[in-house]
Amino acid sequence: MSKVNITIDGQQYQVPAGEKLLWAALDCGVYIPHLCANKDKERPDASCRLCFVEIEGFSNPVTSCTQEVFEGMVVRTRTPQVDRLVQTAFELLLSNHKLRCGKCPQNRQCELQKIARERKLKLKLTRLRPLLTEEKPVDDSTDVFIYDPNRCVLCGQCIWVDHKIVEVGAIGFINRGFKRKMGTFGDVPLAESRCTQCGECVKVCPVGALVFKEKTE
Amino acid sequence: MSIADKYNAIRIAAVEKIDKMKEKPHVLVGTATCGRAAGALTILDVFREEADKHQLDIIIDEVGCMGHCYAEPLVVIAKPGFPTLCYGPVDEGIAKRLVVDFLVNDDPCYDFAIAALEPNDEFPTFEDFPRGVIEKKIILADCGFIDPNDIDHYLARDGYAALAKVLEMEPYAVIEEVKSAKLRGRGGAGFPTGVKWERCFKAEGSPKYVICNADEGDPGAFMDRAILESNPHQLIEGMIIAAYAIQASTGYIYVRAEYPLAVARLRNAISQAREKGLLGDNILGSDFSFDVIIFQGSGAFVCGEETALIESIEGKPGVPNHRPPYPATCGLYGKPTVINNVKTLSYVPHILRKGADWFRSIGTENSPGTAVFALAGKVVGTGLVEVPMGTTIRELVYDVGSGIKDDKMFKAVQIGGPSGGCLPESSLDLPIDFDSLQEAGAMMGSGGLVVLDEDDCMVEIARFFLDFTQKESCGKCTFCRLGTKQMLDILTDITQGKGSLEDLNILQDLAEDVKMGSLCSLGKTAPNPVLTTLKYFRDEYEAHINEGRCPALMCKDLITYIIIPEKCSKLCDVCIGSCPTEAIYTRPDMLKAIYLDKCVKCNNCMVACPPQYKAVIKVSPPIVEEKEETVEGGKEDE
Repeated sequence: MSKVNITIDGQQYQVPAGEKLLWAALDCGVYIPHLCANKDKERPDASCRLCFVEIEGFSNPVTSCTQEVFEGMVVRTRTPQVDRLVQTAFELLLSNHKLRCGKCPQNRQCELQKIARERKLKLKLTRLRPLLTEEKPVDDSTDVFIYDPNRCVLCGQCIWVDHKIVEVGAIGFINRGFKRKMGTFGDVPLAESRCTQCGECVKVCPVGALVFKEKTE
Repeated sequence: MSIADKYNAIRIAAVEKIDKMKEKPHVLVGTATCGRAAGALTILDVFREEADKHQLDIIIDEVGCMGHCYAEPLVVIAKPGFPTLCYGPVDEGIAKRLVVDFLVNDDPCYDFAIAALEPNDEFPTFEDFPRGVIEKKIILADCGFIDPNDIDHYLARDGYAALAKVLEMEPYAVIEEVKSAKLRGRGGAGFPTGVKWERCFKAEGSPKYVICNADEGDPGAFMDRAILESNPHQLIEGMIIAAYAIQASTGYIYVRAEYPLAVARLRNAISQAREKGLLGDNILGSDFSFDVIIFQGSGAFVCGEETALIESIEGKPGVPNHRPPYPATCGLYGKPTVINNVKTLSYVPHILRKGADWFRSIGTENSPGTAVFALAGKVVGTGLVEVPMGTTIRELVYDVGSGIKDDKMFKAVQIGGPSGGCLPESSLDLPIDFDSLQEAGAMMGSGGLVVLDEDDCMVEIARFFLDFTQKESCGKCTFCRLGTKQMLDILTDITQGKGSLEDLNILQDLAEDVKMGSLCSLGKTAPNPVLTTLKYFRDEYEAHINEGRCPALMCKDLITYIIIPEKCSKLCDVCIGSCPTEAIYTRPDMLKAIYLDKCVKCNNCMVACPPQYKAVIKVSPPIVEEKEETVEGGKEDE
């Protein structure tokens, strides 16, 4: 496979040609925050807006999950502009997220916590107002796992697995705008949907929205 | 038979038919959606009934929109021997008189006329008014004057001549011509149309598609609807030419289902074009085949964004995708696709018929041609206007629109709808073109232009537009889904007097971040109304926050209605009857006053108070009654 030379934060790397920058950087051990990225997706979602980087010659920061690497590419993962965008996107996600980490079964395994650690961001709201004013009901109808929409970050990983890997088609994004959420057709409880309770979606949830019941006890 | 011969045959037949019609008196009633809202269908019935009653041998046609919204319903009467006159607003009485006095007898009723269509010795034409001097109509020229339901009207005005010419050109030569005309996309961003076509032409993949984006959704914008309802063939011809240029065989018109009349007229136009051999297999006997499918969108604003529009046609939820790849290389069903706005495609036949040089001679160097605006708000002459690019906002508001209603003070123009911005008085001499508007922080957008006066609160205007984009956000990306919500909450607080100066900084930062960080153009432009009002009208924000005062007296939570005793009359009590909550009482001295705790600020009393008194006024900051405060204290406790 042909390779191209790129520079990330002053360090030179050889990465496979045609690869998206996010995966190339992660393979080189450079961390870039990300939630929605999925290597197997033909067209990146680019919806979490966390993987911004600056590239020499580009006037504005770009999402690294959508940007292909090219020979001589010079990337900076930390610039004032990038940090500002990532911080705002992160805070926005937190503003609509149930924040009691101590009570969350995913505590210490959560991607949000990892991003906060890596980027030295606070896991509480300092600037924005909490948007999660009334909590949505938790769906514990299945025998295997629970779904807590108040912890969901809408990354779409569970939906991808449901549609493309296990090919069940029980869940998808429903509603729109601020009300957009992961749900079943007609928003019925998971146990009443065509969900087979295989649990594959739970394994890919980066936060505590989908959690095996054994973990919650 | 050659392509030219075939075309000439159908054109000549059309001309003969229309000439024959012109021998008889001809009544045109504007029955586009705008006219119908003003009662045009009733007027149409009156003309038909009266004509029957008087056994008149006349032709009564439904036409589209002439752009003079302030004078709807509009009627044009062409009677041989008289200047062709435009009347409006026409009510049932006037309609009856026009039939009896003008059509039966020979009195053209100049009292009801607005203007004549051609120069004559009797009555001024539209060109004799300031609006007519500045306006330069290209794509609106025939709107309201031809019958959109009869293809022969369009053919008789050289319709489809450009198509006949194009079919004998090399496809790439067509692209060169459009490139040389420097036509820029009228959907808002102003991307060069020729370049888009070229990319699609060169892209590998087959079949290719042409999509007309008629998903007009900006509040207050109705340019595309008027064109679809008034001259659908102009668009269809433009689409066929675009399709020939990129060698596409199928086209889609993505039109909102909320435009039923536009859909009906388009359907009819498409079937008539097919009958004449202008659409379908082997167009005009050439090797080129192309057909058009109407796709009705279900009213999501975001589907006007091209990647979401494509998803919607494919049967998926209308949610935008990251670009690149652009539709020109990877569009509908993954195939190269050209997506153009209704107006953009409507220019195409004119450019191909009259040449790129002609088009470049209108407008400015980098934005040639004309701009179509839906002029609305506090302006006298509301309507659909088409002016050369480079016309200043001042000319548009004061000459074309005849100035501000009720002699109020001009405050701002909101250009480009929810994606655009508010420009203050200091921008009045800004020439309207893609680049200068962008520089000023606004945007051409799809062409809504709302004029605001001293009674409009800029914070409320920003809140109104953000409320729209926040509700229309698809919710896919973080910035737009949550950022617009955060911004809206801050703005709502400010309009309710609950904001802080710190909020203002957060609002500014958030607006900049949402603009930079969002996935699609909806999110990227949603902060524009906020950013421009913060830039040009920061003092209004500060008045709300620091003084609890709304300078325009618009924000309900920050005003109080009072009756000035010195102006009130003992003999009048209309305000009492107008109040829905019995908040107005008669004082012992017989003057009226308002119970502040009962008043719901509906504005009825202010409207009802006779102009000779004008005793009801609004004051800001609101007058706070002592007992009211205790009530509020209880409410806050949640």
